[in-house]
Amino acid sequence: MVNDTPKIQVHDLNFFYGATQALFNITMDIPPRRVTALIGPSGCGKSTFLRTMDRMNDIIDGARMTGEVLIDGNNIYAPGTDVVRLRRNVGMVFQKSNPFPKSIFDNVAYGPRIHGVKKQAELVEIVQRSLTRAALWDEVKDRLPENAMGLSGGQQQRLCIARALAVDPEILLMDEPASALDPKSTARVEELIGELRDQYTIVIVTHNMQQAARVSDLTAFFYEGRLIEFDRTKRIYTNPAKKQTEDYITGRFG
Amino acid sequence: MAQRRWQEKAIQLTLVAMATTSLLVVVLIFLFLGKEAIPFLKDPGIARLLDRQWMPVSFQQEHFGLLPLLTGSLVVTLTATLITVPFSVLGAIYIAEIARPLEREFLKPFIELLASIPSVVLGFFGLVVLAPLVKALFGLPSGLNGLTGGLLLALMAIPTVISISEDAITSVPRHLKQASLALGASELQTILRVTVPAALPGIIAAVMLGMGRIVGETMVVMMVTGNAALVTLNPFQSVRTMTATIAAEMGEVSFGSIHYSALFCVGVVLMLVTFVLNLGAQRVLKRYGMMT
Repeated sequence: MVNDTPKIQVHDLNFFYGATQALFNITMDIPPRRVTALIGPSGCGKSTFLRTMDRMNDIIDGARMTGEVLIDGNNIYAPGTDVVRLRRNVGMVFQKSNPFPKSIFDNVAYGPRIHGVKKQAELVEIVQRSLTRAALWDEVKDRLPENAMGLSGGQQQRLCIARALAVDPEILLMDEPASALDPKSTARVEELIGELRDQYTIVIVTHNMQQAARVSDLTAFFYEGRLIEFDRTKRIYTNPAKKQTEDYITGRFG
Repeated sequence: MAQRRWQEKAIQLTLVAMATTSLLVVVLIFLFLGKEAIPFLKDPGIARLLDRQWMPVSFQQEHFGLLPLLTGSLVVTLTATLITVPFSVLGAIYIAEIARPLEREFLKPFIELLASIPSVVLGFFGLVVLAPLVKALFGLPSGLNGLTGGLLLALMAIPTVISISEDAITSVPRHLKQASLALGASELQTILRVTVPAALPGIIAAVMLGMGRIVGETMVVMMVTGNAALVTLNPFQSVRTMTATIAAEMGEVSFGSIHYSALFCVGVVLMLVTFVLNLGAQRVLKRYGMMT
């Protein structure tokens, strides 16, 4: 469907919370430097699926999975995988903006610092670059020492994106990054996703189908823990292959 | 409609009255303490409180110097705090973040049990077990000293401080920890750089509360510190705290005497110390409170 070698390959993934199965036999290839949207009704497993890609489900008690997730051909669930390195390579932006109760500067510098960057000059450079890439620099350049909690909701979310970019990931996972924002801030975040698509492999979960249509190159439709259809966004929205997809997109359910 | 408004008014008044009562009690206590302390300040004069000796009963010359009592309280409080803080904070981190659920189920009730031991029982334990141990361990002539008192007070304060710190750590939002982990931080880095800093106001409040308990505790220090009113900062010396002095002497003093009034001066100082401690805690909380 897209001619590049896939960045992320998922083979026959099953996921369980205790006795409840949340994902069923998911197999899909996510291409590099594209925006892939995961859509579907609440509880369809799209967020769970997103979180398998940086092993954030590991911290949930009683979670269990089978199958494989490969990034650049390496199974990230293979024994001996360095989870720290994995998560450095795979950034995550959460639904609710979650800046640390620290200064704006320290928020962005957090990742580089824990990965051993000590020189102040280098940190300053990384912070400026990350904030610029997250389209926030002009708004906050004069208030870097201020507490990040004083930013508006939309600014906080872009700060979280800057924080994720600061560790130089190749993949960016976004879990409904704009669902808690007002329309104007949402537009800013969507614009930003458009600017980042050339450099990063972006996987975004969204409830908002218009948003998926606007920002993504590819769209995967999930329903009740199964991947129903995965195709170019244009095709999904104009001529879906499956009846369920069409029903969901035209608003007949969900 | 009118009746409804009247009811609202009545409820509001009741609540205001309740809230004011506690304030009033504090003010009254202050006034009462002050009233009983003033005769001393008038007659022998405030300068006598600056004496270096506390010897309220004497055939030659009585001394009412607060300095030995202040240093006594200071030694005991500092020793106890220095022991309490690392134990409590590390303990709370372990229970809140690292311990498995089963361990937590086991640890928490035990620590809370420690808080429920009456202080006189703890003092007895101090006299019989801890004091001889301290004596033998450090080769001292007596085990009744500031260190023994501090150790026991720490034992009293640790459960409170652990319990409140643990609440503070547990209530750090999950999404902050997740943000840190998602950036590739290890569990330990997340605890040290995100969880604990975010819980810091609560931890500081816990420590301040613990210190308040330590400064005000009477029974244990009276039993195990030896009660010699010496000006010293050495925890291996016998010390006499302000609380123990009041408790020991108030029962025997003749009403209205200079000694009686002097004890109230001690009370005023003690109250001021705890007041300042509380005020400090609140200011810290307020400053950090805005950050979280």
